[in-house]
Amino acid sequence: MSTRLSKGGRLIDRAKPLAFTFNGKPMRGFAGDTLASALLGGGQVMVGRSFKYHRPRGIVASGAEEPNALVGLGRNARFEPDQRTTTTELFEGAETTSQNHWPSLEFDIGEINNTFYKFLPAGFYYKTFMAPRAAWKHLFEPVIRKSAGLGGVPKEADPDRYEQVYAHCDVLVVGGGVAGLAAALKEGRAGKRVWLIEQTPNWGGRTPVDGGQIDGHDAQDWIDSALAELSSMENVTMRTRLMAAGLHDHGYVIGYENLADTTPGDGRPRHRLWRIRAGHTITATGAIERPLAFAGNDVPGVMLASAVRDYIVNWAVSPGDRTVIVTNNDDAYRTALAILDAGLTVSAVIDAREETHGALPQAVKARGVRVLEGRGIAKVQGRKHVTGVEICAQAGEGGAVETIACDCVAMSGGWSPVVHLWSHCGGKLTWDDDRAMFRPDAARPPTGADGSAMATVVGAANGDLTLPETMGGLGIGAVSEDEAPLAQVWMMPAGAPDALRFKSFLDYQNDVKVSDVQLAAREGYESVEHTKRYTTLGMATDQGKLSNINGLAVLSNALGQPIPATGTTTFRPPYTPISLGAVTAEAKGELFQPLRRTPMQSWHEAKGAHWEPVGHWRRPYCYPRSGETHRNAVNREISNTRKNVGLLDASTLGKIVVKGPDAGKFLDMLYTNMMSTLPVGKCRYGLMCNENGFLMDDGVVARLSEDTWLCHTTSGGADRIHGWMEDWLQCEWWDWKVYVANLTEQFAQIAVVGPKARDLLERLGGMDVSKETLPFMQWTEGKLGTFDARIFRISFSGELSYEIAVPASQGLALWETLMAEGEALGVMPYGTEALHVMRAEKGFIMIGDETDGTVIPQDLGLNWAISKKKTDYLGKRAQERSHMTDPNRWKLVGLETLDGSVIPDGSHAPAEGFNANGQRKTQGRVTSTYYSPTIGKGIAMGLVLNGPDRMGEEIEFTGESDAMIKVRIVDPVFYDKDGEKQNV
Amino acid sequence: MSDAVSALQGETHEGFATVAETGLVGMITIRCDLGSKGLAKALKAEGLPVPDARRIETVEGRSIAWMSPDELLLICAHDEAPALTERLSTALSGEHALVVNVSDARAMFTIRGEKADQVVMKLSPADIATLPTGEIRRSRTAQVAAAFWRSDSDTISLVSFRSVAGYVMGLLEVSAREGSELF
Amino acid sequence: MLTLTCPCCGVTAEETEFAPGGEAHLKRFGPGSSDDDFEGYLFARKNPKGVHFERWRHAYGCGKWFLAARDTNTLEVFATYKAQTSEPPADVIAKIKAKRPDWEGYK
Repeated sequence: MSTRLSKGGRLIDRAKPLAFTFNGKPMRGFAGDTLASALLGGGQVMVGRSFKYHRPRGIVASGAEEPNALVGLGRNARFEPDQRTTTTELFEGAETTSQNHWPSLEFDIGEINNTFYKFLPAGFYYKTFMAPRAAWKHLFEPVIRKSAGLGGVPKEADPDRYEQVYAHCDVLVVGGGVAGLAAALKEGRAGKRVWLIEQTPNWGGRTPVDGGQIDGHDAQDWIDSALAELSSMENVTMRTRLMAAGLHDHGYVIGYENLADTTPGDGRPRHRLWRIRAGHTITATGAIERPLAFAGNDVPGVMLASAVRDYIVNWAVSPGDRTVIVTNNDDAYRTALAILDAGLTVSAVIDAREETHGALPQAVKARGVRVLEGRGIAKVQGRKHVTGVEICAQAGEGGAVETIACDCVAMSGGWSPVVHLWSHCGGKLTWDDDRAMFRPDAARPPTGADGSAMATVVGAANGDLTLPETMGGLGIGAVSEDEAPLAQVWMMPAGAPDALRFKSFLDYQNDVKVSDVQLAAREGYESVEHTKRYTTLGMATDQGKLSNINGLAVLSNALGQPIPATGTTTFRPPYTPISLGAVTAEAKGELFQPLRRTPMQSWHEAKGAHWEPVGHWRRPYCYPRSGETHRNAVNREISNTRKNVGLLDASTLGKIVVKGPDAGKFLDMLYTNMMSTLPVGKCRYGLMCNENGFLMDDGVVARLSEDTWLCHTTSGGADRIHGWMEDWLQCEWWDWKVYVANLTEQFAQIAVVGPKARDLLERLGGMDVSKETLPFMQWTEGKLGTFDARIFRISFSGELSYEIAVPASQGLALWETLMAEGEALGVMPYGTEALHVMRAEKGFIMIGDETDGTVIPQDLGLNWAISKKKTDYLGKRAQERSHMTDPNRWKLVGLETLDGSVIPDGSHAPAEGFNANGQRKTQGRVTSTYYSPTIGKGIAMGLVLNGPDRMGEEIEFTGESDAMIKVRIVDPVFYDKDGEKQNV
Repeated sequence: MSDAVSALQGETHEGFATVAETGLVGMITIRCDLGSKGLAKALKAEGLPVPDARRIETVEGRSIAWMSPDELLLICAHDEAPALTERLSTALSGEHALVVNVSDARAMFTIRGEKADQVVMKLSPADIATLPTGEIRRSRTAQVAAAFWRSDSDTISLVSFRSVAGYVMGLLEVSAREGSELF
Repeated sequence: MLTLTCPCCGVTAEETEFAPGGEAHLKRFGPGSSDDDFEGYLFARKNPKGVHFERWRHAYGCGKWFLAARDTNTLEVFATYKAQTSEPPADVIAKIKAKRPDWEGYK
């Protein structure tokens, strides 16, 4: 049984005990513990159950590679599933719960899956549950969903905050072990702007545990002095608890910093996502020890050899009283020495190699430990924890030659360099057969913006597994015990029969066994990428850190080809899971996306406006009064505007000034009609098309002076059209003398609309707005009352209408003045829906309603706004294409329901017959449809086949559900056809 | 002029840096051939230089910034902007130039304190640490356009569009909150 | 995510400060052009694995359009240059040739 040792533990502070709970049971640990070390220290060997078979599972590793020991942490809104105990720091009051079991960790109904494992092989979900069909939805899926899934989901919104930050450096060093420290020292001394980041809370990596001498000093002393020097450098930034999640194009590195996981609710950002742009990245990310595949290698108490010595040395935790070490290499003997140094027992070392001569095995033998050579583990005894191992000949088929009682098995299958960052952005690997590992191929690095290598790898991450190799690569001398070559052992014993292979786990988290990978190979999965998906090998939250190499070795053996011929799966970011909160950062709630506000927004808010989103603007849809439905409010606003006077906040309309000697020529190219001939002081409605000929925007253009025009665009189109203009001026007609400026936000714009509009403006005084001085489609400027105003006589409603532009800073004051002065005239604000209905009553088109990116002006009966004289304008050539001149293009008409009802949005008019796909043919569709309080019934506009030639014809449109609506084709102008009202 | 107000009317928040909207500020966009003698002359008459690429020069309370190869931004008192726009327009009437008052299209903020840089680091991908005094950087803050420069030793000035002033202030306030210092 | 240097203002910035604009050096065909020429102008776009010329706008910066010569496979940026040219300048071509001797050249 695991326990806390009475002395030692380089990372714990025994003066700071911490209390926490596991499944409600009170436990204690120390500051510096991880959850894993505290659980083991408290004797908790079994900490969860596996995903598929619900097998009891314990802690395997001591770092980011841990596949098993995931727990739920916290409660309620701060509950979070799948927290890796080996990397989660212990804190006072931590509440942890084990996962993947029901009703309890000790007794789990789901463990029955373990008995029926033969029926749940790789890809079982592709092969079973096929019939009866209905059973999937009602029987299989609910059962599978209940037993599957990794951890629970918090039900409440995340109360914590997160943030992102951008950082820049010349050199980013990832990994704070001795290789990273040495690399940072070198770059720092060279005066580079250096960032050094380490994912754990501690510097030094695993060298303090493994031992050795660096530059003539004890490793820890060298680390301390390196840290002191780095800390003193102004140009070096050092951070712990910051994991490099991914290396992306052009040196873009995502870093994930843990700030407040151990202090929940303290108000600080919990996690921070660093968006680092590094001139060069040096990865010093170390290596990960590989498990060995033998039957029962997942029983709690079977751990990586390096983890066993980490727990002893770092946290003074003994994983067991009697440990059996099983290995194919010399490094694992360091674990034997650590166990012996801690006064514990090594029951035996099982070495798959026939002979062991290295310094480390000799040292272990010299201390009286049995070393069994050429042996393997046939089977682990025990279910919820290890009770012993059956020993067999590695070369055989698993016949037990001996059983050794033990409560811990420390396994080592060699080491794999952590090559993730190198590989994320295209760095290639090469197979090192002597060490049985993929290592970075320096000749094929990931390349950056200038085409040169953007990353280099140092230390164990580069395959330099020993301390002298690691430090030697960085020009520093170091000493550690010589190590003899390992033996390539992927499975124990070499000839393990089915019964053993069915219990030999490769991917602990996804319960993928040797037998599953071999089955995939038999079934024809030759690509490692396909095998991965079929078996789910390496697809769990640990992303196969322990299983990938072993899995592809087993696959290669099954396919009878060398490992490099099989290749690796793709390494994808993030290196370890990162929180969605950190990805979202500040972009939630009010800051989810920018909200654009007009100068009068606060007034609309105070009046309880109902909103309509328009781009990033939020415009009043209507201003409902107490007890009024939105529909009633819209009707009231329309009726009042048509009878008295209404105010519309039109500030969102695009306002782009175009000036220069070639401005007229330029606008003639942009608009379908002629703008160069517009007299100063006048306004003209214009259409803009893209080069496909499709209508993209419209608006009123005013000529301000001989060489200056002001172009109004749609609310959603202002930035786009401004960009469109700049594009043509910069990239096509760069010799034309034209400047444009987007003045959309400089002006608040208020439409004063209705028969009493002129009365209202006259009450403010200061400007002559009479019909004679300011007729329809003209503009003027001056002082309207106390306001600096430019007034346009334009109308989108068919009423007498003025659009008043004032500097945005005066917008609210003008609005309030108009409301106050207009009170006696019955002034009311109106919203976008009233605007829409009134323009539809007049048959005016709306970009986005009548247009959808496939509609040309000719479709909308707007030929009057297309110049016949101009030889060219944007879209003209396209409008000459045969499809565009096809007389059978659907054309705009008005639609009037016979019963007065409103046609549903999006209705189509079916035609006789069916198309090639067996769908009913159509002859038209509705583009705008409203209830018109002015007309007293439903009105609509739509595009109909040969529509203008079918005036008075009755056709059917689809209604709600299956009902059809009888509709008469009419002129689209429903109100004041002669335009008398707007022209008074 | 009547009851002119800025977008946020001087809203201020205290955190590890102080973030504030500065109230009404005058701004004039000048588009012109920046090498033209007429421009140099027109600006000289106002006591202002033609700034070099990416530079912002401050003379007696007014600043002039290089915004693009054919665009300058003149920052002045809000009530001075209309007349100054007129004067410059007139002075540049012989040039192909566009001078427009954009004072009300913008909102201006200051970020003040020793750690002001850290607020910008959280919002803009630009490398604020290497931004020299006297240089203006046009970039973005989260999802909207912004320009910023060091207006004195512990202050960064930042300009955004007026309509998103509330969004920008929200970003600044969150980013400057106590406890979220980076270093 | 790329970094690009805007040749108009000299700022080096990350991709999020720019807006992409598709293939560079398109020749506009207007009224009077043949159906084939016009179709090519509107729709036919190169999609090479390797050297490519493309339009970018420094949207969050100086607002200027510029052109980039880039390897779509390795993402190497050979050069960025002003948009006011109908074909890649000779020095840009030379830079690419130096890095990609096998490149078949522009067009």
